[in-house]
Amino acid sequence: MITINLSMALVVGALYAVGFYLLLQRSLMRVLLGIVVIGHGANLLLQLAGGPPGRAPIVGDAPPEAMTDPLPQALALTAIVITFALTTFLLALGYRSWVLLGHDEVQDDIEDRRVARRQRPAGAMEEESDAEPEQRAGADQ
Amino acid sequence: MLALVAAHLALAGLLPLLSARSHRAAFLVGALLPAGALVWGLANAARALGDGVTETTSWAPALGLSFSFRLDALGLVMLVLVAGLGALILAYSAWYFGPDSPEAARSAALLLAFAGAMLGLVLADDLLTLYVFWELTSIASFLLVGQGGEDRASRRAAVQALLVTVFGGLAMLLGFVLLGEAAGTYRISELLAEPPRGPMVGAALVLVLIGAFTKSAQLPFHPWLPAAMVAPTPVSAYLHAASMVQAGVYLVARLSPAFAGLALWWVPVVVAGLGTMLVGGWHALHETDLKRLLAFGTVSQLGFLMVLFGGGGRFGDVTALAGMAMLLAHGLFKASLFLVVGILDKRAGGRDVRELSGVGRALPGLAVMSVLATASMAGLPPLLGFVGKEAAFEAFLDGGGTPGLLIALGLLAGSVLTVAYSARFLWGAFASKPGVAAAQPQRPEAGLTVPAWLPALGGLALGLAYPLVDTLARGYAAAYPPTGAEYHLALWHGPGLPLLFSALAVALGAGLHRLREPVTAMHRRLRTPVSAQRAYELTVAGVERVAVLVTGRIQVGSLPTYLAVILTAVLLLPGTALVLGTTLPDEQVLYHAPMQVPLGVFVLIAALGLVRARRRFTAVLLVGVIGYGIGGLFVVDGAPDLALAQFLVETLTLVVFVLVLRRLPAHFREARSPRRVALPKALIAIAGGAMVASSAVVVSGARQQAVSDVSREYIRLAPEGAGAYNVVNAILVDFRALDTVGEITVLLIAAAGTASLVLATRYDRHRAERVISGSGGPEHEEEVLG
Repeated sequence: MITINLSMALVVGALYAVGFYLLLQRSLMRVLLGIVVIGHGANLLLQLAGGPPGRAPIVGDAPPEAMTDPLPQALALTAIVITFALTTFLLALGYRSWVLLGHDEVQDDIEDRRVARRQRPAGAMEEESDAEPEQRAGADQ
Repeated sequence: MLALVAAHLALAGLLPLLSARSHRAAFLVGALLPAGALVWGLANAARALGDGVTETTSWAPALGLSFSFRLDALGLVMLVLVAGLGALILAYSAWYFGPDSPEAARSAALLLAFAGAMLGLVLADDLLTLYVFWELTSIASFLLVGQGGEDRASRRAAVQALLVTVFGGLAMLLGFVLLGEAAGTYRISELLAEPPRGPMVGAALVLVLIGAFTKSAQLPFHPWLPAAMVAPTPVSAYLHAASMVQAGVYLVARLSPAFAGLALWWVPVVVAGLGTMLVGGWHALHETDLKRLLAFGTVSQLGFLMVLFGGGGRFGDVTALAGMAMLLAHGLFKASLFLVVGILDKRAGGRDVRELSGVGRALPGLAVMSVLATASMAGLPPLLGFVGKEAAFEAFLDGGGTPGLLIALGLLAGSVLTVAYSARFLWGAFASKPGVAAAQPQRPEAGLTVPAWLPALGGLALGLAYPLVDTLARGYAAAYPPTGAEYHLALWHGPGLPLLFSALAVALGAGLHRLREPVTAMHRRLRTPVSAQRAYELTVAGVERVAVLVTGRIQVGSLPTYLAVILTAVLLLPGTALVLGTTLPDEQVLYHAPMQVPLGVFVLIAALGLVRARRRFTAVLLVGVIGYGIGGLFVVDGAPDLALAQFLVETLTLVVFVLVLRRLPAHFREARSPRRVALPKALIAIAGGAMVASSAVVVSGARQQAVSDVSREYIRLAPEGAGAYNVVNAILVDFRALDTVGEITVLLIAAAGTASLVLATRYDRHRAERVISGSGGPEHEEEVLG
């Protein structure tokens, strides 16, 4: 059984914790940095899951038994590049939001707040059932 | 039979094309199909009364679903009503809707589609097939009652009809599934041959009865039916009198032979039926709108039918005979009466009892026809209604014991009310009333009167030809335990209790009609604030209020709150599994390579600094430090490719961030959160990190060897297969090249998105310190198109 060593587990855990904390903030920029930090943690975790350190997986450079596992490395490499793509796109989104709104904060949905404050629906049914008693009285005569 | 049903639905889809040219032609062409269905049914009558005509079409064989149809005696009676009255009412509609009526085109198509669905419902021999058509009729009813949706009363009535019947329909579906699973088959004929028993069946039957009660407007679900009277009269005549509302009764009749012996089945049916019969009749006595009067009459009659079909197993086959006769009679006289109201509405200027006067003198033919139909409703000889009512009294009085006598007395009370509101209908529609100006009705065309005459005459003809009805009814009643003496439907059984009851009903009913004014005064005094209609409204309003309350609590509109909820869920669910279900591996290593420790510390310090950073630039730089630190860890791990990629990407990211930072303010603007907010956030974040770290340790314990078997193969194949010595490269560009193509696609899409977001700035317009997005605006178009 080969597990991740404790110091690296601590680093991964700390990266995730910092990432989560930043994600919970209201500044879009900090949220984005949180995503980047979580990305770093995830990439590191992917590589660490491949086993303990060894020689680079280059044939001829080292015997296969001494190599590190190449497959998690390939996966982590893909993940690094995609994290980069995601980061630039989100950064552009945040920038656009700043240009249009004049700030880069995540604000509460005003409509949702309005719903929460409402006691009864604004739907047509409620309105109509209030008008009902007169109508029924009219029909009964 | 599936072809017949499908033809209805298909032609209904095509009718609007014809309606565009002529509404009348569309209705008449539509009427041909139900007429054809009637002819087909009558041609197969002999076989239907024998073994039944069956047909099965496989629908989804893997799931055991099929469209199964069966025509037997009960199906034949319903087919006569659905197809026969359907054809008549469609023909009547051709003259009822004016040439410019906005409702005509929609109504023609929907009425025909409804006829198809209804046909499918009464012919279905499979619970699920039946359910599908059942809901289709509910939807057709919704659309036909709601019409264009411009009128508030129509919308409200349509929604009420839909909510109530679909609620019942869903309960029924649940019941069908329980029933089908208990019996091991969804085929109705197989179910009837070997009825399942057990506690699950009890629950199933209660659910099925809820469906039947809502559809047939039984207490306490009845208010939707009178409300639905806002629909055009042909719609009311067809859906809400003669066919759809009889579907609940039909379902009870269909299943009764198997379950009527169970008290759980017949007691609720008989009690609800009797209650409905009395309440419906009582309300009908006081309605001033002739259509609503008839609607309450329908509610009452449906209750009567429920009693007859529900009581079949307990009180023997005569109730079933009476039920079949009344089912047929009710469809015929009620359709005829509704069509009369439609004629009055269109040609005599209204349908209000208080405003109609002297119509009988002006339109004697219509009055005679109405007398014929109401006489059947009131149970006068020699009409079919009388034949049915005699049999009903006979069934419960002869050998029914005390419960039978009580039910018979209830039926007598209901019949008194029926006679009274029948008389009220005739009086209200045709009598000359003092102080009311005599109406000057126009003479209705044959296109309106003939479809109304035919069912009324049918009631008379079948009353006289009672042996025919007897044969038909026997085909169904044979499924019930026989009552001692052989009974046949007939006009004359000699003097006896049933005849006395019939006579009493007529006499007392006539008396009740004479006393109509004091009775109405009493009705007004008795009106209570508690009514089924009010209960429905309160229920709907209550559901809406709960929905608002729940939405307000759950959907608070704050992104951090949503994220916190998601993270907490992650902590609670997989976190609990981690704590309870796994153990930490025994051997723990502090580090594998000494260099991991200083690099780890380096990353940790940068990460902690990042949390406290207030300047944007500092934060971005610290993220860069973390990235380079991780690159260093990759080097230590023996992953030079990863390290290279990490350094390159980190540098690029830094450059991009710095480009954007030039434009943004130097500091984060958000105010420092108060402790009350910051502390829970920090706790959730730390718990999340701890969970990820511990699951990383636990889960990575699954690895047994340094290099997995898959990777061994990759290492072996790389030089000869891919001509590469760097195995990671070989995997990326050769073994798993498709993944890499996908990755490049993601990059391209992200690049296109980023570029368009950044370039959009070029088209922005600045107005009074506000930026308005110019993309898609006229200036933008001008610039792009030149």
